[in-house]
Amino acid sequence: MVNRSVIGAHYGLRDWVMQRVTATIMVIYTVALALFLLTMPSSYAGWKDFFAQTWVQVLTQTTLLAVFLHVWVGIRDVWMDYIKPTGLRLALHAFTIVWLVSCFIYSVKVVWGL
Amino acid sequence: MQKQRPKHLDLATIRLPIPGIVSILHRVSGVALFFSLPLLIYLLHGSLSSAESFETYRAVVAHPLMKIILIGLLWAYMHHFCAGIRFLFLDIHKGLELQTARATAKTVVVVSLALTLILGVALW
Repeated sequence: MVNRSVIGAHYGLRDWVMQRVTATIMVIYTVALALFLLTMPSSYAGWKDFFAQTWVQVLTQTTLLAVFLHVWVGIRDVWMDYIKPTGLRLALHAFTIVWLVSCFIYSVKVVWGL
Repeated sequence: MQKQRPKHLDLATIRLPIPGIVSILHRVSGVALFFSLPLLIYLLHGSLSSAESFETYRAVVAHPLMKIILIGLLWAYMHHFCAGIRFLFLDIHKGLELQTARATAKTVVVVSLALTLILGVALW
């Protein structure tokens, strides 16, 4: 008899790999952005022009998608470790998804200047 | 079959070794960043807004309370970043020896605090 939980991890290895891949994407983006910022004149106009370029927007949005996937796995692990009552855990999982999807939609608006 | 194993989980008497401290701070900083995501996106939003609303944004960010929150988040990011890189190396079995693991854990604490200080002073 296997004790299965409706909010178990299900796909441990896939999520584990996703956590590492998305982490690597964020490291690369952070270092690249820091290098660009160091070589750029630090002004409002310079920053706006930099961010108006399509390739900057595309890579930023891609990295932000990686952030949200990374956060999903990480926060879900935190709930699984500390929250034992199934109902509360399910509610927190649902909250996390709504929170992250909302953040993603907001980030699309901001990155593309909509 | 439920095995009864001895547990020692009295948080008041456990003395966490430095890699353990780095690990729990990785978790704490991650949760802090999770709850701050809307604020962080708002900060990007404000920095890219039109010239008039940019002035309002500047006033918001210049508020001392906001500056303290931002320094806290800066540390959270730096710690999560440095500790995360350390964990990636541990995942590929680099730096698993006790002495090395302790040394890299110390390095993570020091480097993330130093980066927070340097960037914090530069941005304040």
